[in-house]
Amino acid sequence: MNLPRGRVLIAKPGLDGHDRGAKVVARTLRDAGFEVIYTGLRQTPEQVVAAAISEDVDAIGLSILSGAHVALTRRVLELLGDADIPVLVGGIIPEADAAELREMGVAGIYTPGTALAEIVAEVERACAAP
Amino acid sequence: MRWQDPALQSVYSAPGSELPGEFPFTRGISAEPKPWIMGQYAGFGTPAESNQRFRALLQAGVTGFSVVPDLLTKMGIDSDDPRAVGEVGRVGVAIDSLADIEILMDGIPLEQISQVRTTANSIGYIWAALFVALAEKRGVNPAEFGMFIQNDVLKEFIARGTQIFPPRASLMLAVDCIEYCAQHVSTWTPLAMSGYHIRESGASATQEVAFTFANARAYLDECVRRGMSVDQVAPTLFTFLAITPDFLPEVAKFRAARRVWAQLMRETYGAQEAASEQLRIFAFTAGSSLTAQQPLNNVVRASLEATAAALAGVQTMHVSAYDEALGVPTEAAATLALRTQQVIAFESGLTQTLDPLAGSYAVEQLTNELVESITALMGEIDERGGALACLESGLLAEELSAAAYRQAQLVESGERVVVGVNKFPAEAEPLEVFRIDEATEAAQVGAVRKVRAERNQPEVDSALARLSADVAAGQSVMPATIEAVRAYATIGEIVAVLEQHLGRWQPTDAF
Repeated sequence: MNLPRGRVLIAKPGLDGHDRGAKVVARTLRDAGFEVIYTGLRQTPEQVVAAAISEDVDAIGLSILSGAHVALTRRVLELLGDADIPVLVGGIIPEADAAELREMGVAGIYTPGTALAEIVAEVERACAAP
Repeated sequence: MRWQDPALQSVYSAPGSELPGEFPFTRGISAEPKPWIMGQYAGFGTPAESNQRFRALLQAGVTGFSVVPDLLTKMGIDSDDPRAVGEVGRVGVAIDSLADIEILMDGIPLEQISQVRTTANSIGYIWAALFVALAEKRGVNPAEFGMFIQNDVLKEFIARGTQIFPPRASLMLAVDCIEYCAQHVSTWTPLAMSGYHIRESGASATQEVAFTFANARAYLDECVRRGMSVDQVAPTLFTFLAITPDFLPEVAKFRAARRVWAQLMRETYGAQEAASEQLRIFAFTAGSSLTAQQPLNNVVRASLEATAAALAGVQTMHVSAYDEALGVPTEAAATLALRTQQVIAFESGLTQTLDPLAGSYAVEQLTNELVESITALMGEIDERGGALACLESGLLAEELSAAAYRQAQLVESGERVVVGVNKFPAEAEPLEVFRIDEATEAAQVGAVRKVRAERNQPEVDSALARLSADVAAGQSVMPATIEAVRAYATIGEIVAVLEQHLGRWQPTDAF
């Protein structure tokens, strides 16, 4: 039996109800051999971080298409504090915001049209990071 | 003066074949060509900012426009709620109370607008109340302008997800709005049976139309149960469907949808009026077909999609802006989207001939196949207890999730070509995107607090008490909601009262 390539939390923080991308990525990662936990819609950053810690995940993928990505991601990172879990973000993310997110320490940013293979590779790298 | 030679006829047909304007309306609901209403979707920031954009759109020649409430408004959450942080005015305009609607519509003569559309669903009944109250304050008869309220809350459970209450309670509130409009402002569209979001969540054309009509049946059945006749309700409805780049099948889909609807109305609901059988279509170019890579390619995609809808014949159209995969459209992108419609409508001559693809072997066969598959799927949903049961069980969401995954894999493998993404990729210049003013949130929070401080509180309390009593008694919430918004109760306050009685929808972690 193959060991999973990592444990990943796919989360929908905030109020955004667009979950097509989150579910496609969750299914893709599952089929690629990751253990995937999906939070469902409308989670607060507190709930996302609590789930990530209690599920002992290797990486967190946030899906946000409502435009609130900067505020929500910042809050998740603050709450994570010293817990060393990489955060990746997907959604409608303008380039200027992507730069800001990277500066905050986000490990990967994905917009409509990003290849799934690229997401899988980067999630794997994030999971493997010490 | 057109380029065409010879002159175009409005109708071409084979002897004895179905004509436009004839049951079952495959070829269109009208016997005469009519230009579609050109609407653009707009709304962001504060009501004052959106008001400026609407005025600019009216100047540019739109005949209807769409007010997009922000996510908080759609979900019945006030701008100063702790859950609101980061979301105020982001993907639409922040509306908390009638005070905001007054600013939003300032200087816009209601009676000159053929269609004000809105994407309010879970709060459709509050939206109707807000515009009834606005009309009242302006001394305008609400029947003098067109209001188009999406109000299709059932599809929120399948796609997009702004639902507030559990499905059955949500259905009842939506029907309160439909019932009120059918009785008091029959010129309004109190329900846009929406397949767009379902399609955007991964559905096929068949699923899009079948799920939409199955949901529509849930509303209609409740209307009939309340004593309304189908002929009172059906003529007020629109359907709201996506146009994907799948050109010929999309033309066929609109034709098939018209035929299935006409047959459903006549055969299942016993409609007597032709208007009940005539499906009015609002077509919207698919946001999911837009890419963040090489965004100018989106202009071409949207033009093709709009052309398909023009060939199929629709009543209202929206064309997406090329920068929507990157953010809320800039004014320049929104204007170009409108110009796209105008070029197709006024320069191509397509609007002069009804259903010009009729008789094409491909389009006729595709239409027949879709009619069959849509009817069969609607039958299956019926056998499983109808739309409400299928959405309570999560069956529809699961089917869509699986379909979305299959589609993503087709793109990933290159089997479905997306130019600039999986074929012909190239670096493109970064695009200037629309920025929301960061001061919006603070301004809107201040505004809603000021409204609460300055209104006549006893009036608000008494209206909310009536609302509580009415919902507890199982009566329509419309009269008390109108009273409440008139007194400047906020949307969040109204929803909070209802939540005490109706409970709250709980998310699921299935994917």
